[in-house]
Amino acid sequence: MSGGEGAGPGAVPGGRADHDDGDGVEFCGLSLAHPVINGSGTFDAIAARRAFGPALERDFPFAAYVSKTITLAAREGNPAPRLWEAPGGLINSIGLPNKGLDGYIAEDLAQLAELPVPLITNVMGFTVEEFSALVGACDQRPEIAAIELNVSCPNVKTGLDIGADPQQLAQVVGACRASTRKPLIVKLTPNAANVPACAAAAQDGGADAVSLINTLRAMALSPQAGGERRPWLGGGTGGLSGPAIRAVALAQVAAVAARVSIPVVGMGGVQRASHARDLIDAGATLVAVGTETFRDPATGARVAAGLRALRRTGEGFPTA
Amino acid sequence: MSEWRAAPAPFARRLLTVLDIDELGAYRVLRVADVETPEPRPGQFAMLATAERWGGGEDERPYLPRACSIARRRIGESHFLLEDVGPGTRRLCELREGDGLWALGPLGRGFQPPRPRHRAILVGGGVGIAPLAILQDALEAEAATDVTVLLGFRDGARAQGAALLHGARVATDDGSVGHHGLLTELLSQELYRDSRAEVYACGPAPMLEAVRAMCATRDVPAQLALEAGMACGFGACYGCAVPKRGGGYLRVCVDGPVIDAGELDRVCEHAGAPS
Repeated sequence: MSGGEGAGPGAVPGGRADHDDGDGVEFCGLSLAHPVINGSGTFDAIAARRAFGPALERDFPFAAYVSKTITLAAREGNPAPRLWEAPGGLINSIGLPNKGLDGYIAEDLAQLAELPVPLITNVMGFTVEEFSALVGACDQRPEIAAIELNVSCPNVKTGLDIGADPQQLAQVVGACRASTRKPLIVKLTPNAANVPACAAAAQDGGADAVSLINTLRAMALSPQAGGERRPWLGGGTGGLSGPAIRAVALAQVAAVAARVSIPVVGMGGVQRASHARDLIDAGATLVAVGTETFRDPATGARVAAGLRALRRTGEGFPTA
Repeated sequence: MSEWRAAPAPFARRLLTVLDIDELGAYRVLRVADVETPEPRPGQFAMLATAERWGGGEDERPYLPRACSIARRRIGESHFLLEDVGPGTRRLCELREGDGLWALGPLGRGFQPPRPRHRAILVGGGVGIAPLAILQDALEAEAATDVTVLLGFRDGARAQGAALLHGARVATDDGSVGHHGLLTELLSQELYRDSRAEVYACGPAPMLEAVRAMCATRDVPAQLALEAGMACGFGACYGCAVPKRGGGYLRVCVDGPVIDAGELDRVCEHAGAPS
């Protein structure tokens, strides 16, 4: 479906899609210049503009920009330490710091609307009602081209991730679906017994696409030997990302793509074009980069250019 | 002295070539050919990773780039001060002439010049002396400020690092060089002599906290260059958060690394810096 009245991709300020070189992708009614976007929470475009100046817009590496997770109330995030360097990856326990819905709309939205690509706003509620309110508010904003649901949030009563239970997930997605006509993407949690069943529940609830994988729950212990050893991260456990999870991502993307008919955004440990091609060959329509962007902010552009080269040399995915 | 403004960093990491790496006591001074980088402001940093064998060490580390203060700029060159304290810094210390180095930067908010008629007191501990070298260069280039340099080290091998700056008074924990005792004892003497000063400090968290507390008590402005574990260096990962006065957090990478001491209740131990 399209973004509704006046909110389709053509209406996104500064939106552009260059199809001349055949890299363009249609995704949920959005025309994207290439298939590479960012994973939510892995690129802060407002901070990046401060660091890199006008080059950010000129060389913007992603075909759409996914915001970090917005919650109804503002959050300060978890106490330090928030990071742990793992073998071939990173464990983070950031705790979703954000200005809350009102702060996002008042302070950030105008700046994000200036980016040269469509804006996908990622939201997370702690109840069905919160999800519905967040999505309803985003629905009113023409700057927002699509909405992604972060369902890796604990159910206050059961402590389990809402997104890990197909029944609860379908209920959340259904309520969100009723609150917007904009494209709705569900960011699945990999910390579930049956991820394809969750993807099917999202589809049944009315999702236009699913994205995966989010980080894998992980932990590190404080390195001090002797005495009581506590979890290193201020939040106790965290989420593992980076090359360490790439093979898991490929398996889950393939299983989900085989189960649902809606488009899949694949991510997890993508460092270069061949990794992105693997995810596309496994059934993904778009690929997101995340942790590798921490190592090089231009990763998205490099992966997109690499995919283009693979396609031209015939080593890439089918062009049909 | 007018405000020091930083130019934006190039929007991609760049592959630089190592010119040489020199021993400086317990430290290494890494010099890389760097023609195109915008002129850094004192206190800014770069995210560094070696082009070869970054990863694959013990525990498959390092993986993330390491944040390093820019210690000095010469025409066509950037200099970094390194200490081997973990798998990443060890790998950086192993670099040799001709090797490749990935660098992203200059990043962050650096120091600001002192207010008029104020003496600059540079207070550095250990490898934290690095950003004070480029600061001393900048202050002396403008020739409008008296500069006093106080440096503290654990031992004699590390105290050789004092040669990175000039005219320094040195304190060592073991008394092998200079004053036997704490750097803040030297700072206290200097502030007693003339408190119309602005303090610029970088070093271990307990030292910075002692400097912050002393300056707060004596109403002396202080700019503190902090260290924190960070994955990206440009505001994306939110990993380098430190508590700020009045609640909430600052991101060391984009709100710092140089933070006005008045913005902090105290300097916390920077648990989690990838080393």
